[in-house]
Amino acid sequence: MSENKQYTVSIYTENNIGLLNRISAIFQRRHMNVESLNTSPSEIDGVSRFTLVINITESQMKKIIGQIEKQVEVIKAFYHTEDEIIYQESCLFKIKSELLFDERQIQNIIKESNARIVTVNKEFFAIEKSGRKEEIDLLYRELSVFGIMQFTRSGRIAVTKDEMKISTMLKAFQD
Amino acid sequence: MDTKTIQNNTKDTETTERISGSEAVIKCLLAEGVDILYGYPGGAIMPVYDELYKYQDKIHHVLSRHEQGAAHAAQGYARISGKVGVAMATSGPGATNLITGIADAQIDSTPLVCITGQVGSHLLGSDAFQETDIVGISTPVTKWNHQITKASEIPEVFAKAFYIAKSGRPGPVLIDITKDAQIELFDFKYKKCKGVRSYKPVPDTDENSLKAAAELINNAKKPLIVWGQGIILGKAEEEFKAVIEKAGIPSAWTILGASAIPTSHPLNVGMVGMHGNYAPNVLTNECDVLIAIGMRFDDRVTGNLETYAKQAKIVHFEIDPAEVDKNVKTDIAVLGDAKTSLTELLPLLHPNSHTDWHQKFKDLYKIEYEKVIKNDLHPTKEGLTMGEVLKEINIQTKGEAAIVSDVGQHQMIACRYAEFNTTKSNITSGGLGTMGFALPAAIGAKMAAPEREVIMIAGDGGYQMNIQELGTIFQQKVPVKIVVLNNEFLGMVRQWQQLFFEKRYASTEMVNPDFVAIAKGYHIEAQKVSERKDLKAAIKEMIDCKGPYFLEVRVEKEDNVFPMIPTGASVSDIRLE
Repeated sequence: MSENKQYTVSIYTENNIGLLNRISAIFQRRHMNVESLNTSPSEIDGVSRFTLVINITESQMKKIIGQIEKQVEVIKAFYHTEDEIIYQESCLFKIKSELLFDERQIQNIIKESNARIVTVNKEFFAIEKSGRKEEIDLLYRELSVFGIMQFTRSGRIAVTKDEMKISTMLKAFQD
Repeated sequence: MDTKTIQNNTKDTETTERISGSEAVIKCLLAEGVDILYGYPGGAIMPVYDELYKYQDKIHHVLSRHEQGAAHAAQGYARISGKVGVAMATSGPGATNLITGIADAQIDSTPLVCITGQVGSHLLGSDAFQETDIVGISTPVTKWNHQITKASEIPEVFAKAFYIAKSGRPGPVLIDITKDAQIELFDFKYKKCKGVRSYKPVPDTDENSLKAAAELINNAKKPLIVWGQGIILGKAEEEFKAVIEKAGIPSAWTILGASAIPTSHPLNVGMVGMHGNYAPNVLTNECDVLIAIGMRFDDRVTGNLETYAKQAKIVHFEIDPAEVDKNVKTDIAVLGDAKTSLTELLPLLHPNSHTDWHQKFKDLYKIEYEKVIKNDLHPTKEGLTMGEVLKEINIQTKGEAAIVSDVGQHQMIACRYAEFNTTKSNITSGGLGTMGFALPAAIGAKMAAPEREVIMIAGDGGYQMNIQELGTIFQQKVPVKIVVLNNEFLGMVRQWQQLFFEKRYASTEMVNPDFVAIAKGYHIEAQKVSERKDLKAAIKEMIDCKGPYFLEVRVEKEDNVFPMIPTGASVSDIRLE
């Protein structure tokens, strides 16, 4: 039995209603839990890009890619290991304003983690941090000691170190 | 039934005209060559039905008695004609009733276009009367689906739907149209779809993999072919026959591959799978090269994957890349459609006969004949067997009938014993195993091929799952022949209960109505046979009947279907008793 690994999946699709449902159903049907999911426009006009993170075996991953690519409006799907991509995640913390002044350590944490204060008002202040998963996890651990009013983090966004040649593939589809 | 007299052009419309969305739907269907559709009207699809009234000389609408019946009829039509079947229903329950047929078509790769009405676009998501999210519901069981909220979308979506349904590995497509889009006027012009940017229906066949496959096949001492429906869907029957005859390879079929080559062909060694033939199942685990063509290694075919053909090199000819290595790891995959791949494979193959290897199939057939087939076809005990009914049908139709079977024991018997001389003659629900499939599917099959004898075989359970379609048969005067093999049980479940649940027959015994009276209530000629001496004459009367005919045969109550591979067992552990 091969072991589960973390894979980042990049899916280039037509920008059509309903594809999110089709793609998520592929994972749901096989009882696979998606760690994170992000959809956005891609570098090609009218083409969307899904980025997913999932922990499964490579054999499962290959089969899933086949099922994803089988969808009529999916142009191409790729999967990558951690060292093949450059990725970022983003998060927002909402914290009581009084802590910013009462707990001087918080200011050091913000500075050292390269986080950014987005807004400050009487009741709360908000911090934004982008980075790798571990950096965000660390910031969460450090801030949680003082109490976090709200926390949210984004899905992963990633680009590959190698060229993906998606434009070439699109041209081949059209020929 | 006058569908043969209706001829439609299948071409683009060159000029624009201002018409309603509903009329556009009809014009799209006409442009795609649709001359028959199955459906059931209702509030949200009424504008389309209103237009159909105007076009009834061009499109024959068959009013089913349940939307599931419409979907299965469209499947039967598609399976025997090779064309796209069309089914239509209203929103809400009408649409959800189509789902079983759509799911069946998806798993059995049947080209369907299903049209559903939807509430007005301003009501979407409001839980309006008869509103369901049919696009969401049908997503996992359609090849593609789309909701239309503006009339102007209709031509492009319909063109795309037909293209997707029939190209590559075929499948069902659903188009949901809001009521306001059906009513809205717009400038209609139709252009057939020739391609979708993100969709490559047929992968390129790689020359190197083809050569590698040929080399393995040429060097094999004990090759075995297992073919599936891909041969029929790819219209590759002749190419397939040429390949097996040149290479002299024993060839077995999956349930949906049946009839691609005649049953009597000397290289046809029978059916594989749970109730398949003894020889091809056992020898799957002895062959040195297993060549799968247009089949998908379904679990009912492979049994336990841990022991399936482990000694063999696996070559897989397949149109759908997602099927390669999905269940069985292949050594060589040849992507592409069967017709092209087999055409290109033929010149690379060396002539061969594999005589000794063939003898093994013959030896095992003798064992199966003595232990199973003889008792099924030439029983000595009093009760009628399902097998002897099939044998008599074979004799009287000379193997030329299209057999539409339901799901259960009779289905396995029909597939095992029906003789097929012609391709597209075995119409059954393979992957989904849908009880209730046969009666409506037989309607569609007979309407698509009125020149053919279409005989439906069902059990007493499945027959009653869509028995209301007798009304459709009566109204449409479809001369389909209906054979119900009545054992007063849900026979296959009872067999499992007997073998694996200590004969605890939980809810499988059926108290049945007077089937003959029901058929006669629909003005369908009917009779019941309980004794062997009456069987031949009854089948003759059925076949001689010009109209639809119902024949009930009371068969042995507790007969079992053998051979059998118990779930999870190896194909070579197939039981003969």
